[in-house]
Amino acid sequence: MATSSETTLHPISTYLKIWLLLFILSTFSYMVDFYEVQGYLRWTLILLFMFAKAGLIIAIFMHLKWERLALVYTILIPPVAILVLIALMNIEADYVFFSRLAHYVNVG
Amino acid sequence: MSAVPDWPLTSEVFALTINGTHVPLLLIAIMTFILITSSGTMAMAVNYAYRGDRKKTFILMTITALLGLSFVGMQAFEWTKLIMEEGVRPWSNPLGAAQFGASFFMITGFHGMHVTVGVIYLMVVANRVRYGYYEKRGYDIVEITGLYWHFVDLVWVFIFAFFYLW
Repeated sequence: MATSSETTLHPISTYLKIWLLLFILSTFSYMVDFYEVQGYLRWTLILLFMFAKAGLIIAIFMHLKWERLALVYTILIPPVAILVLIALMNIEADYVFFSRLAHYVNVG
Repeated sequence: MSAVPDWPLTSEVFALTINGTHVPLLLIAIMTFILITSSGTMAMAVNYAYRGDRKKTFILMTITALLGLSFVGMQAFEWTKLIMEEGVRPWSNPLGAAQFGASFFMITGFHGMHVTVGVIYLMVVANRVRYGYYEKRGYDIVEITGLYWHFVDLVWVFIFAFFYLW
C-alpha cells in the first residue's frame, strides 16, 4: 500500500482518464463478440484487451505503478508461475481427452 | 478441452431481446461496464479520503456500493433465467456440456459472493468515514477496501474474457 503522501499527488482527472480507457477497451472486447470475430484473431484480441484492462486496473487503480520494485515483482511473478502451470495442464487436457477416446470409444 | 459434448454458445445463452432486437451477450456487457464504473468511483473515493474530504468519500463509496448491488441484482436475474428457463444445473446442462453448468455456477457464484461481501464491507467503511471514525486512525482502511474492490473487478475482467467471450 502506498503511503498517503504518495497517493494524494494524483489529480482526480487521472482516474477519469483510466475509467474512460477501461470503457473503450471493454467496448472493444464486446465488439469482438458482436461482430463474431473467430479463430486465432478472436483469442488474440480477447487476450490483448483483457491484459490491457487488467494492467490499467492493477497499475493505476491499485497504485502498483508507484510501489517499490520488490513489491511489484512479489505480486506479478507468482501469477506468471501459475500461468505456466495452466499452460502445462492445457497440454495435459488433450492427453486426457485422447486417452478417453482410446479407452471408451474404441473399446465399445 | 476434455469435454466431449459441445460447449454452449455463451454469446447466445446470455443474449437479451430489447424491443424485438436480439443483442448477443448484452447483459454481461452491461454488468462489465457497471463494475468498471464502480472501480472508477472507488479509486476516486480513496483519493478524496487521503485529501480528508469525508463527505465526497462517503458519497463515492455509496455510489460504488450501489453499483455493486445492481451488479449482484443482474447476476441474480441471469441465474434465474439459466435455472428456470434453460434448466441449467451445476451437475447437468440441456444446452450441451455438463461442465458448463458446473463452471458457470461455481465461477460466477464465487465472484458474486465476493461482490456481495464487498458491498457490505463498503457500506460499513463508508458509514464510519461519514461519522469521523477514521479521523484519528488515518484513512488507510479506505485504500484497503479499494484494493479489495479493484481485485473483485480484476477477477471479473478475467471471467469476462475466459468464460463469456472465449
